[in-house]
Amino acid sequence: MATVQVSEAEKVYILHGIRDDLRVDGRGCEDYRHMEIETDVVSNTDGSAKVTLGDTAVLVGVKADIGKPRPKVPNEGYVEFFVDCSANATPEFEGRGGEELGTELSNTLYKVFNNKHSVDLKSLCISAGEHCWVLYVDVLLLQCDGNLYDAISVAIKAALFNTKIPRVHISADEEGGKEIELSDDPYDCVRLNVENVPCIVTLCKVGHRHVVDATLQEKACSVASLIISVTHKGTITCTRKVGGGSLDPESIFEMTEAGKRVGKALHAPLMKLLQQEESLGKARQKVGFLG
Amino acid sequence: MAADMRLPTIQKPVSLTFSAFDRKDLVVPGDVITSDTGFMRGHGTYVDEEKLTASVAGEVQRVDKLICVKPLKTRFNGEVGDVVVGRITEVQQKRWKVETNSRLDSVLLLSSVNLPGGELRRRSAEDELTMREYLQEGDLISAEVQSVFSDGALSLHTRSLKYGKLGQGVLVQLSPSLIKRQKTHFHNLTCGASMILGNNGFVWLYPTPEQLEEEAGGFYTSLEPVSVSDREVISRLRNCLLALAAHKVLLFDTSVLYCYESSVHHQVKDILKPEVMEEIVMLTQQKLLDQEG
Repeated sequence: MATVQVSEAEKVYILHGIRDDLRVDGRGCEDYRHMEIETDVVSNTDGSAKVTLGDTAVLVGVKADIGKPRPKVPNEGYVEFFVDCSANATPEFEGRGGEELGTELSNTLYKVFNNKHSVDLKSLCISAGEHCWVLYVDVLLLQCDGNLYDAISVAIKAALFNTKIPRVHISADEEGGKEIELSDDPYDCVRLNVENVPCIVTLCKVGHRHVVDATLQEKACSVASLIISVTHKGTITCTRKVGGGSLDPESIFEMTEAGKRVGKALHAPLMKLLQQEESLGKARQKVGFLG
Repeated sequence: MAADMRLPTIQKPVSLTFSAFDRKDLVVPGDVITSDTGFMRGHGTYVDEEKLTASVAGEVQRVDKLICVKPLKTRFNGEVGDVVVGRITEVQQKRWKVETNSRLDSVLLLSSVNLPGGELRRRSAEDELTMREYLQEGDLISAEVQSVFSDGALSLHTRSLKYGKLGQGVLVQLSPSLIKRQKTHFHNLTCGASMILGNNGFVWLYPTPEQLEEEAGGFYTSLEPVSVSDREVISRLRNCLLALAAHKVLLFDTSVLYCYESSVHHQVKDILKPEVMEEIVMLTQQKLLDQEG
């Protein structure tokens, strides 16, 4: 991840601040920065969302394609993730510099969504064993200022909410095989149920306390972080520890509880905002990338 | 504790005077400034088919026969005498490389720093070997520009007691064109914190030291915890600086202080919300206009 250099005295200042629950920008240890979410920003995708969390900006596009289901689960579709760290974010990502971070992010996303409930894969089936919908979720990092996992998960949830999959009709053609017809009407589409899509919360251990939504300076002062993906009911789908430092078992338990609490609180305002945006319909003023 | 999520809105620039469209002296790269050949061209311009054209985006400044364009967002172009706040990036033989938001890393020679204890002696080989004990990679310093090398790199010095290694505090990185040139860049603000407005856009906020540490010479940093009230003042100042920078208001001690006063009835973490930023900046600009007029 992009790193900043911090001096020893600055580290001490940040550490003491977090100990007193007053971070450098005045937030408490469990407060998020200002978040802005907009969906339907990329016109040639089936669903898209752009999330700005402080100075971190993430763009997610979802495309639905017809493919062959996996042999072990013939009546389910599947989701493919790809994370691209663009050189726009920081010069370190130039060329192949962002590949390592990109693969780490996509592997974590696979783990997070690797369960029966996050996305209803059965609804993506067209005809068992032969055709199914494959959702290609592409994440593009535009700006990097810490806390990538959280921003990416919120953007994925918003993009999946915005995804419109065209309705299909299966008919038999002359040779007895199946022919798939996509509906011509652009408004005749299926929406996904994103109730159970989890949101990721990253908790960084700084000193003896943990912080949510760490900036790059705070990240430079922490030795280890815990990444937890939480659904709206408070169920954890994936836990991961990153960083070279060690975590005490008690602090892991404490951080998990805090992560569950914070993660659970993310879903309700997000769904409310997405529904509010949807209800604005054509009256919504699209902001996009300039402005 | 809940996250503040909202839909994005188009940001309108807050301007109490006239809007940017009315100003005739703002140019973008490629704009023709004048076709008159009698002018000398300064920085930010070039001659294209006998027409003086701008090469950067900014405002046109004219001094008699010299026309130059002062860009809004640029790397720091240092002059002799500028006060800068920089971060050590490398420790080399007899000098340190300092990052100051310019095109090239600035240079701080070993002979340009004050040795601890204030001794005045020739630097020995031992001094060279213990350079890292004075300043390491990642340390922040305040320094003054001594000279400019031919390639544009700045040579810094910390030969006064007010310059040197910086201790606990917060660094805010902004654009150099937002910092106003003043007689002094070290301010002890009345709200309870101190500020160094580096000409290179780096602003350092730190708790006001109780007594002047004359003998330290700037190399002793106190690692005592800073009190919560001081911390709050510094966080509020930091957010105010970011709010002013987002609306492109010129930064100097008075504007920062007015912004601080306008933000007092908001919570520190709310200052970075767009509508609160707009309100605070409008109040600050109003106060500045009232003070001028």
